[in-house]
Amino acid sequence: MSATTDDRRERLLERAEAPLRPHAWGVKGRLLVGGLALVVAWGIFAWIWQVSHGLAVTGLNDHVSWGFYLTNFVFFIGISHAGTLVSAILRLTHAEWRRPITRLAEMITVVALIVGASMVVADMGRPDRLQFVLLHAHLRSPILWDVLSIGTYVAGSLLYLYLPLVPDLAILRDGGIGGKWRGRLYSALSLRWQGVPEQRRLLVRAIGVMAVVIVPVAVSVHTVVSWIFGMTLRSGWNSTIFGPYFVVGAIFSGIAGIIVVMAIFRRAYHLQEYITEQHFKYLGSLLMVLGILYAYFTLSEYATAGFKMEVGEATLLQALLLGQYAPYFWFFAIFGLIVPIVLLAVPRTRTVKWIVTAAVLVNLGMWLKRFVIVIPSLAIPVMPYEWGTYRPTWVEWSITVAAFAAFALVFVIFARVFPVISVWEVEEGWEVEEAAERRPSPAAVPSPALTASIVEEPS
Amino acid sequence: MNEQLERDAAPDTTTDTENGVSRRSFIGKVFIAAGAVTLAPKTIAFADDVMNPTDLDEDVPQWAMVIDLGRCDGCKECTTACQEAHSTGDQEWIKVFEVEDEAGNTVFLPRPCMSCENAPCLNVCPVGATFRNENGTVLVDHERCIGCRFCMAACPYDARSFNWGEPVNPPGATFADYTPELPVPHRKGTVDKCMFCAHNSAEGELPECAQACPMSAIWFGDLKADVVTNGLETVQLSWLLTTRNAYRLKEELGTRPRVWYLPGHGEGAKVVLPQ
Repeated sequence: MSATTDDRRERLLERAEAPLRPHAWGVKGRLLVGGLALVVAWGIFAWIWQVSHGLAVTGLNDHVSWGFYLTNFVFFIGISHAGTLVSAILRLTHAEWRRPITRLAEMITVVALIVGASMVVADMGRPDRLQFVLLHAHLRSPILWDVLSIGTYVAGSLLYLYLPLVPDLAILRDGGIGGKWRGRLYSALSLRWQGVPEQRRLLVRAIGVMAVVIVPVAVSVHTVVSWIFGMTLRSGWNSTIFGPYFVVGAIFSGIAGIIVVMAIFRRAYHLQEYITEQHFKYLGSLLMVLGILYAYFTLSEYATAGFKMEVGEATLLQALLLGQYAPYFWFFAIFGLIVPIVLLAVPRTRTVKWIVTAAVLVNLGMWLKRFVIVIPSLAIPVMPYEWGTYRPTWVEWSITVAAFAAFALVFVIFARVFPVISVWEVEEGWEVEEAAERRPSPAAVPSPALTASIVEEPS
Repeated sequence: MNEQLERDAAPDTTTDTENGVSRRSFIGKVFIAAGAVTLAPKTIAFADDVMNPTDLDEDVPQWAMVIDLGRCDGCKECTTACQEAHSTGDQEWIKVFEVEDEAGNTVFLPRPCMSCENAPCLNVCPVGATFRNENGTVLVDHERCIGCRFCMAACPYDARSFNWGEPVNPPGATFADYTPELPVPHRKGTVDKCMFCAHNSAEGELPECAQACPMSAIWFGDLKADVVTNGLETVQLSWLLTTRNAYRLKEELGTRPRVWYLPGHGEGAKVVLPQ
C-alpha cells in the first residue's frame, strides 16, 4: 500500500476512534447527555403518573381515543425505515457512496424502533398486561401482525447493524480503545475477528443475505402499521392504498431523518472528509423522488374520496382541507411537501444547508401528517353528535418530548460506544477504487462494487 | 310460512357460506392458515371458535333486540336504569340520540351495543378480550383487556366506553364475583359496553333497559325460537320485523347487528346516520 493510503487510513481511524476514547467528550458532552437524560426522566415520571391515575390524565376521550402516542408511534416506526431499508437497497445496488453513511442509517433504525414501540406501551390502558399480547395472541388482529412484523424487524435490524460492526469492533479491540470495561465489550462482540479471507467471505455473504431479507420485512412493517387504520370502517382510514401510502411515507420521512442525523454527526464529529456534500446531494435526490411519490399518493387518496363525496369522507375532507384541521394539513402539504421538493429540485438550493433545511421540514410535516391521519378520523361523528375534541395534556406533551429526547440520548450513547462510520467498509471502498484504477478500462469490468464483494483479500 | 318469514326478516343471520365470501371469512382463512403454522393449537382452537359465524343451528337462544322508534319518547329511562343496574357512572351503554329520519321527523334513537355478528371490535382485539358467547352476544373480558382501544376505533356505532380513570364502583363491588356477563367491579384502563344484560337473560329476565322503558319500546327475544317480548306482549319476532319494516343501522357495512329498529313515522322512514 502506498504512503498516502496509510495516511488516510490513519486519519480515518483517528476520526472514528477519537470520540470513543475516555474523556473524549468533556463538559459539553456530559451536559448534553445529562440534559437529555433529565428530559427522559421527566417523561418517565409523566408516564408513571399516567399509569397510577389512568389515561384520564391525558386529553384522550371516548371519541378521540388515540392521540399523540399513536402519532409518535407511526412517526418513529416511519423514521426507522430509513436506515435499514436505505442501507440495504444501497448495498444491493452496489452504490459505492453508501459506505460512510450506512452505519448511521442502521443505528437510526434500531433506535427509532425502540422509541416507536415504547409509544405503544405508553398508549396502553393496562401496560401491566403487555405480556397478554403474546400469551393470548389473536392472529386475526392487525395489532398482532404489527407485533410479529416489528418484532422481526427489530431482530433483523439489530443483526444487520451488528454484522458490519464486527470488523470495526476488532479494530477497537486491537487498538486498546475504551479502557477496561469497553475493551472487554469490544473483544467479546468482535467474535475473534482477524480479518482472514474465510471470515471476510462469511461476513460479506451474511451481510448480503441480511440485506435481501430485511427489505421485505421493512416493507411489511409499515404496511401492517397502516392496516391498524386500514382495517377499520372509519372515514379516512377505510382505504385500499394505505399500505403502500404508509410505506412510501415512511421511507420519505426516514431519508429526511438520515439527512438530519448525518448533518449533526458530520459537524460534531468533524466527518466532512467522509460525509461530503455529495452524500447530501444523493440523499437529497432520493428524498425528492420519495416526496414526489408521496405527493402522488396523497393526491390519489384525497382525489378519489373528494370526487365521490361519500358523506363520511366528505365530512372528513371538509374538516381536513378547510375546517379545524386545515392548518395542520396545509402546513404538511406546503412546508412538508412542496417547499422541500422545490428546495431539492432547484440546483441553486442543492447545498448542504438547504438540503438539511428541507429534511427538517419534511420531518415536521410528516409528524403533522400522521397527526391528521390519526385524530380527525376518530373525531368525526359516526353517530349523530358533535365532532370529538382532543386537547393533549402536559402528560402527553412530556412523554412526546421525552420520546424525541430518548431517541437522541440512545443515539448519543450508542455513538459514544461504537464508531458511527464503518471504518472497514470505507477502506474496502478505497481498495475498490484502486482496483478499478489499475484496470485498463473500467467499462470492461461489471461494476467496481460487485468486485468488492467478490475480492476476498486484495493486498 | 314461519320459516319463510324468518328468512325474509333476518336473511343475514344465516351462515357465511350462503352469503358467499365475506370479509371475515376471507381474512379468517388467510390468517388462520398463516397462524396455524406459528401459534399454539389452543389459541387457534379459540380463534376458530370465535370466528365461526353464529348460526341458528345452535341449541341455545340467540338473543336479539328490537327497538320501536315509534314508541320511544326520549325519556332516557333506559339509560338511567342501565347506569344504576351496572354502576356505569357517566358511561351510557345505551345512549339516546335525537335525530331526524328520512322523512324529516324528529326521532329518538336509543343505541345499545349492536352485538354484531360480524363484529369489527371482535375482529381487531389482539388478545381475544372481546368475544362472542354461545348466545351470540358480544362480551368483554375485563380480566383480559389490555386497554389498547382498537375496538373503540373499529366500532362504527361508537358503542364502547373506556374507563379512563379509576371507575366509580358501588360499595361492596370489590367483593362482587366478576364475570363478563355482569362486569362489576369495573376496572381502570379497560373497555366497557352494553352486554345485552347477559346476566339477566340467563335468569329469564329482560335487559334492564327493556324493563325500565315506560313506553315498552324495547323488545328482546330469541332469533332461534323466533319470539320476542317487551314485557307486556309476546309476539313472533319475524312477524314483527317484516310487518313493521324493520331495519338495522348502517346495514351497508356488513356488520350484521342483532339490533333491529322499527321506523317511527310513516312507512319505512329510516334514520340515516352520518357515516
